[in-house]
Amino acid sequence: MSEALLTVAGLDAFYGPTQVLHGCGFTVPESGITALLGPNGAGKTTALRAICGMVRTRGDIRFQGKPIGGLKTESIARQGIAHVPDGRGTFLELTVEENLRLGAYIRRDSRTVSTDFERMYGYFPRLKERRRQQAGTLSGGEQQMLAIGRALMLRPKLLLLDEPSFGLAPLVVREIFEIMRAINRDENVSILLVEQNAALALDLADTTHLLETGRVVMSGRSETVRNDEAIRRAYLGL
Amino acid sequence: MDALLHQVFSGLATGGIYASVALALVMIYNATNHINFAQGEMAMFATYVAWSLIEGGLPYWAAFSVTVGLAFLGGVVLERVVIRPVENAPGLSAVIVSIGILVIFNSLAGWWFSYTTRSFPSPFPDSRPFGSSLLSYHELGSMGVTLAMLVAIYSFFRFTSLGLAMRAAAQNPVSSRLVGIRVGWMLALGWGLAAAIGAVAGMMVAPIVFLDPNMMGGILVYAFAAALLGGINNPWGAVVGGFIIGVLENLAGAYVVGTELKLTVALVAIIGTLVVKPDGLLGKTVVSRV
Amino acid sequence: MKTTTWKRLGLVLLIASACLLPLAVEQYRTFQFTLVLIYAIAVFGLNMLIGYNGQISLGHGAFYAIGAYTAAILMEHGAWPYWATLPAAAVVCLISGFLFGRPALRLGTIHLALATFALALATPQLLKYRGMSRWTGSSQGIVLDKPEAPFGLPIDADQWLYYFVLAVTLVMFLLGWNLLRGRFGRAMIAIRDHPTAAAAMGINTAYLKSMTFGISALYTGVAGALGAIVVQFVAPDSFNLFFSISLLVGVAVGGLATIAGAFYGAVFIVFVPNMADQISKAAPWAIYGVFLIGFMYAMPTGVAGLIRLAGNWLWRRMGRKSAGER
Repeated sequence: MSEALLTVAGLDAFYGPTQVLHGCGFTVPESGITALLGPNGAGKTTALRAICGMVRTRGDIRFQGKPIGGLKTESIARQGIAHVPDGRGTFLELTVEENLRLGAYIRRDSRTVSTDFERMYGYFPRLKERRRQQAGTLSGGEQQMLAIGRALMLRPKLLLLDEPSFGLAPLVVREIFEIMRAINRDENVSILLVEQNAALALDLADTTHLLETGRVVMSGRSETVRNDEAIRRAYLGL
Repeated sequence: MDALLHQVFSGLATGGIYASVALALVMIYNATNHINFAQGEMAMFATYVAWSLIEGGLPYWAAFSVTVGLAFLGGVVLERVVIRPVENAPGLSAVIVSIGILVIFNSLAGWWFSYTTRSFPSPFPDSRPFGSSLLSYHELGSMGVTLAMLVAIYSFFRFTSLGLAMRAAAQNPVSSRLVGIRVGWMLALGWGLAAAIGAVAGMMVAPIVFLDPNMMGGILVYAFAAALLGGINNPWGAVVGGFIIGVLENLAGAYVVGTELKLTVALVAIIGTLVVKPDGLLGKTVVSRV
Repeated sequence: MKTTTWKRLGLVLLIASACLLPLAVEQYRTFQFTLVLIYAIAVFGLNMLIGYNGQISLGHGAFYAIGAYTAAILMEHGAWPYWATLPAAAVVCLISGFLFGRPALRLGTIHLALATFALALATPQLLKYRGMSRWTGSSQGIVLDKPEAPFGLPIDADQWLYYFVLAVTLVMFLLGWNLLRGRFGRAMIAIRDHPTAAAAMGINTAYLKSMTFGISALYTGVAGALGAIVVQFVAPDSFNLFFSISLLVGVAVGGLATIAGAFYGAVFIVFVPNMADQISKAAPWAIYGVFLIGFMYAMPTGVAGLIRLAGNWLWRRMGRKSAGER
């Protein structure tokens, strides 16, 4: 296993006075796909938000060896972490193309940005057809594609995905997951994935961490988790 | 007929000024959901700064540019220092704080520049073009300046990535942060821009209404009426509303209520809009979840 | 003794000293304290709207003006006795406040703020309107006679007016206190804190909000009528935007949603300009502005909150000491 890209240790996270994560610890290796799984309310989304400085945290978060805990969200994004939030975070009143342009906001190399546009349209041809359309008029699946495209325009080293399958038809979900595999392979970007759909996630991810009530209860290679009857029954309802 | 046309044209000229102040209001509203009641007094104060610069010997357009720059900086600083603490406060506190700013600027202007009314120079010749009776050079010129400014602002928001980021930050601050936009600075820039727009409007209107600490009170109310009529969340609406209100005010003043009740026209326009079409002509209905 | 007993005792002492006040100070001071009482009524009215109901008005000076002009016109043209104009001013302001609050109701704070701001700016113009000059005296305003003390009381006119205003103030605050702690008051607060829940509980929010606006205008209007009687003069330009803002300053300084705060706020807006005037004509307003912002940042509960905190602290200290002695 290569060196960890992101290391989280002893992480507490709070919404106001309510503590949601209790001493959470896990790593995301360089260049792989890692899944955070667990029941509703386990703190999966909060873990992603904590990494991006969107909630109050305590503990140690290191990205490429440098501590990023306590930094502002925008500064963390500038370090190369892109986050596709739950609800997709689309700029509904802007056009598809403007949404993608915003993804590349922090980049100053306009030439590579324009080739990246073409690459995104290559992954998601449907976005190209609709690029002058208001993003709010897109379907759920298209908005999810747009959100992933927007995140990739940052040229991130780490991509955080919060429930990309949420509310989408199975066919669309399969399409998006295929593209994610391709992206992970071709873009040299590591992915940390939060998913309700455990079966799909276990299929895609190399490594899996299981969360329950704000703690990591198990970490391991995805096929180990997949093949462990007891774990599947206890935590994943499979 | 000529008299009527004259009223319409000079209405369009003042309408341009209302449009720009309304645009400044809408920009801040869209970014923060707050109305800046101090917008008019900030513009008045900037106009005094311009007046001092001109009195100090600076040529008009140099004073103009310096004032716009200073107003921009002032707006940025004001946002960072005074507005920031109430950014997420309920509407009530924000309204009261902006009233506080209004009062402070008004009294500072009175303190430093005295309450006496002064004349303010126009950069345009003091005659009528082509011997026409429709428009003075100043009206024509101020219309030109306003339109140039509107085009510049439109281009900034439409074609630059900073403009795009400001729109994004206003619409969806959370997602904006996730792509690395410094949302706090975008708000400050918005205030700076609004202050600069106000300064231009103040300098264009001062030769007509004369310079005194209360000169912008009426103009601000017309700008409110314009912004509401056009739709408080739509910049285009603000501009259209500004021109409509300008013409309406002039016609009503000339033919209906007389000059002494002109402000009441704005009051009626505001309440009328609120009663008949609260979202304005071009505004979007905002539905909030509970 | 219990806290409430202490409070009652304090209140009685306070009222007693208020009664003795004009005998102890010079004439001009008596006049100033009369103004304090009048502004306290106006600020209390505005605080019902802002502090208790969560609405806003930047144009309450308009209702003060309506009250003042109602009193002045009835006295000048109707030869009404001064005391009889108060109920008339109350009714006129209740109705006009209710009607003004009505359209702005469905809308949020911002729209209400805009509409009332415009109202504040337009008020002087409306009062100057030439079509009504036969009644209002246009920009000249109306000059009134000073009422003398009745029943051959051995006090001068200023002292009499002070007592008259003090009596009205006590009645208005007693009624207001009753209103606020009753059903109506609870509904007002419920609407402020949880508008949706209040509507779901069956409170008729539209009616209640415009009624609150009406009652608030009534208080401010009665204050306006008293103001006209005491100052013996009404003129359009004294009811400009800045007058409305000074009432707002009174609410902010006194503290949102407190009854006693009205007096602190009134003291502030009567005496601070007096003192600051010596620095510059503009100084009072600069101070107002700073206080408006300062109180919103640091102390939304205003002076009343500060005093309550200090009182609690003292109370606890004294309690601890006496417990220790035992």
